[in-house]
Amino acid sequence: MRAPMPDLLLTLALHLEEVLVLGAGLFALGLYLALSKRNAVGVLMGVELMLNAVNVTLLAFSRFVVSPRPLDGQVFAVFVITVAAAEAAVALALAVAVYKHRETVNIDELDMLRW
Amino acid sequence: MTQVFFYLISAVVIAGALGVVLVRNVVYAALLLIMSLMGVAGIYILLSVEFLALVQVLVYGGAVTVLVLFALMLTRTGELKEKLDGEQKPLAAVAAIALLGTFLAMIMQTAWPRDVNQLTVVPFTDIGDALFNRWAVPFEIASGVLLVALIGAVVIAMQEEGER
Repeated sequence: MRAPMPDLLLTLALHLEEVLVLGAGLFALGLYLALSKRNAVGVLMGVELMLNAVNVTLLAFSRFVVSPRPLDGQVFAVFVITVAAAEAAVALALAVAVYKHRETVNIDELDMLRW
Repeated sequence: MTQVFFYLISAVVIAGALGVVLVRNVVYAALLLIMSLMGVAGIYILLSVEFLALVQVLVYGGAVTVLVLFALMLTRTGELKEKLDGEQKPLAAVAAIALLGTFLAMIMQTAWPRDVNQLTVVPFTDIGDALFNRWAVPFEIASGVLLVALIGAVVIAMQEEGER
């Protein structure tokens, strides 16, 4: 494995805290969206926002914290995106299937599993 | 200069996410979600993780938002009259604000490393090297997960005649 090119050091004026604050804000908005919406697709949008917030945080740490293998954080983020895509496909298929049966995707009307 | 761009793109990201929360039409919410996620791709470029920025544009700008729009179309939820938020809305707001407060307090209290300057441009070949050598087995498992999810999505969404 080749070492990262040391002559291309970027003098970025970014701070880790700023990126972390962005990730925290995005996560809180996604959480509010996922908890408050009645539409199942809206809830899914919230989950996507939360996953993106996690990825922003992960990549910020992978870029700013010294590690012996600096690429592992990026590889991990690739896996997060993969799982997010799989989750979106299954969840939207579920929403479509539920709509076919119940004519609604409002999650407060879908209480078949309630005891 | 970088910082100006960072604040601009952050404003786009947060404004898009706020728009998803506030807007009444679900289709507009999906379009604002695209805006927010593309802003995240811009943040990746500022962090000089170009590969992830490309993946973000392809996966979220292309695949996921098309999926979301198709699901909205098939479930016909564009009606503006019905209530968009459930009764749990105040609780959700409390939970989100409490979480945000905890995060911000933690970020402010921690002494983060300064001037590490590890921001090197990593060539794509190194990422491919890491993915296919060191992380080859997890990579294959991830592809298996994707395959299972795709087949599962088809099976769930498919419905035989007379099943209702």
